[in-house]
Amino acid sequence: MKQNPVFRVVAKILFAPIIMFGLYVQFHGDFGPGGGFQAGVIIAAAFILHALVFGLEAGRQVISARVNLWMMALGVTIYGAVGIVSMAKGGLFLDYTALTGSVASGQHIGIILVEFGVGLTVTSVMLALFHAFAGFDEDRAK
Amino acid sequence: MAGLIINIFLLALLVLIAVMVVRSGRLYAVIVMSGAYSLTSAAMFVNLDAVDVAFTEAAVGAGISTVLFLAAMAYVPADEKPSQNRNLLAGLICVGAGALLLLAVFDLPTLGDPMAPVHQHVAPRYLAESGSALHIPNVVTTVLASYRGFDTLGETIVVFTAGLGVLMLLAGFTRTGRINPIPAKTGSAKKDGGKSKSSSATPKGSKV
Repeated sequence: MKQNPVFRVVAKILFAPIIMFGLYVQFHGDFGPGGGFQAGVIIAAAFILHALVFGLEAGRQVISARVNLWMMALGVTIYGAVGIVSMAKGGLFLDYTALTGSVASGQHIGIILVEFGVGLTVTSVMLALFHAFAGFDEDRAK
Repeated sequence: MAGLIINIFLLALLVLIAVMVVRSGRLYAVIVMSGAYSLTSAAMFVNLDAVDVAFTEAAVGAGISTVLFLAAMAYVPADEKPSQNRNLLAGLICVGAGALLLLAVFDLPTLGDPMAPVHQHVAPRYLAESGSALHIPNVVTTVLASYRGFDTLGETIVVFTAGLGVLMLLAGFTRTGRINPIPAKTGSAKKDGGKSKSSSATPKGSKV
C-alpha cells in the first residue's frame, strides 16, 4: 500500500489526530465517555494504520517489540503501584483519597493514573497482537 | 416512539447481518459483516443511552477486532469448507437451547423498569453519592475506577496475560525477551501456510 499516494497522504494526515483523540478520550474519561480501554484501542489503531500503510517493518521501527513488551508490563505496574502507594500513605489498597489527603484531588489523580496504566497496557497488547498476527508469515519465512 | 422505531430497525438489521454471516462461506465477507454487526450494536447502545458501552463496542468490536481477524486470515484459507454431514442431534440441541433462551427472555424485567433487581442493589447508592462524595462527574468512571478499582485491576491483568499468551504462541518469546523467528520445520504449520497461499489470491499484500 506504500505505493498508493492516497493511502500514504491520508495515513500521514490522520496519524497524529487519531493519537490526539485517543489521548483526549484517555484523560477526559472522568468527565465524558471514555477511559483507558477505549483510548488504548484508539491509539493502537493509529499505529496499526501506520503499519498497514507503510509496512510492518516501519511499524516495528516506531515501537519495537521489546519496548512494547515493557509497556505492557508497565501499565499493569502503574495500576498496582497506585494501590500500593495509597496503602503506604495510610489508606486501603486503591483508596485514591489517601494519595493526597483530599477527596477531590485524590480521586482525580488516582483515576487518571490508573486509567493511564490501563491505556498503556491495552495499547501495547493490541499492537503486539497485530504485529504477532500480521508478521507471523514473514518471521517464519526468514 | 422514535427511539422504539430506531431500535426495531437496528434489531432487524442485526438479525439480517447474523443470517448473512451464517449463510456466507467467504471468510472475508464474514469478517466485514461481523464488523458491521458490532457497529450496528454500537448504534443500539447509543440509542439506549449507554454511550460508554457504545464507544467500546465501536472501537473494539468494529475497529480492532476486524483488523485482527483480517490479520489472522493469513493462516486460514479464504473460503469455508462446505460441510458434508448434517448432524441432526446438534441441530436439535441448538433449537432446544434457543427455545430455552427465548423462554428466559419472558422472565426478564421490562426495559427501564425501575423496580428491576439490578436497580435495587448498589446502583442507587452509586448514582446518588458518587457525584458529591467523589467529585467525579462520570458515574461510569467512578464505578470502574473508584468503587470497583480492584475489578479493573484484574481486567487489566487479564488483558496483559492474554497478550503475553498470544505472543508466546505466535511470536515465540524466549526467556531473554527476544523474539525468535519460528523455524519452518513443523509439518502441519508448513502445510497450513502453503494452503493459505495457494488457495487464495486474496489481498495478502494489503496487510503489509
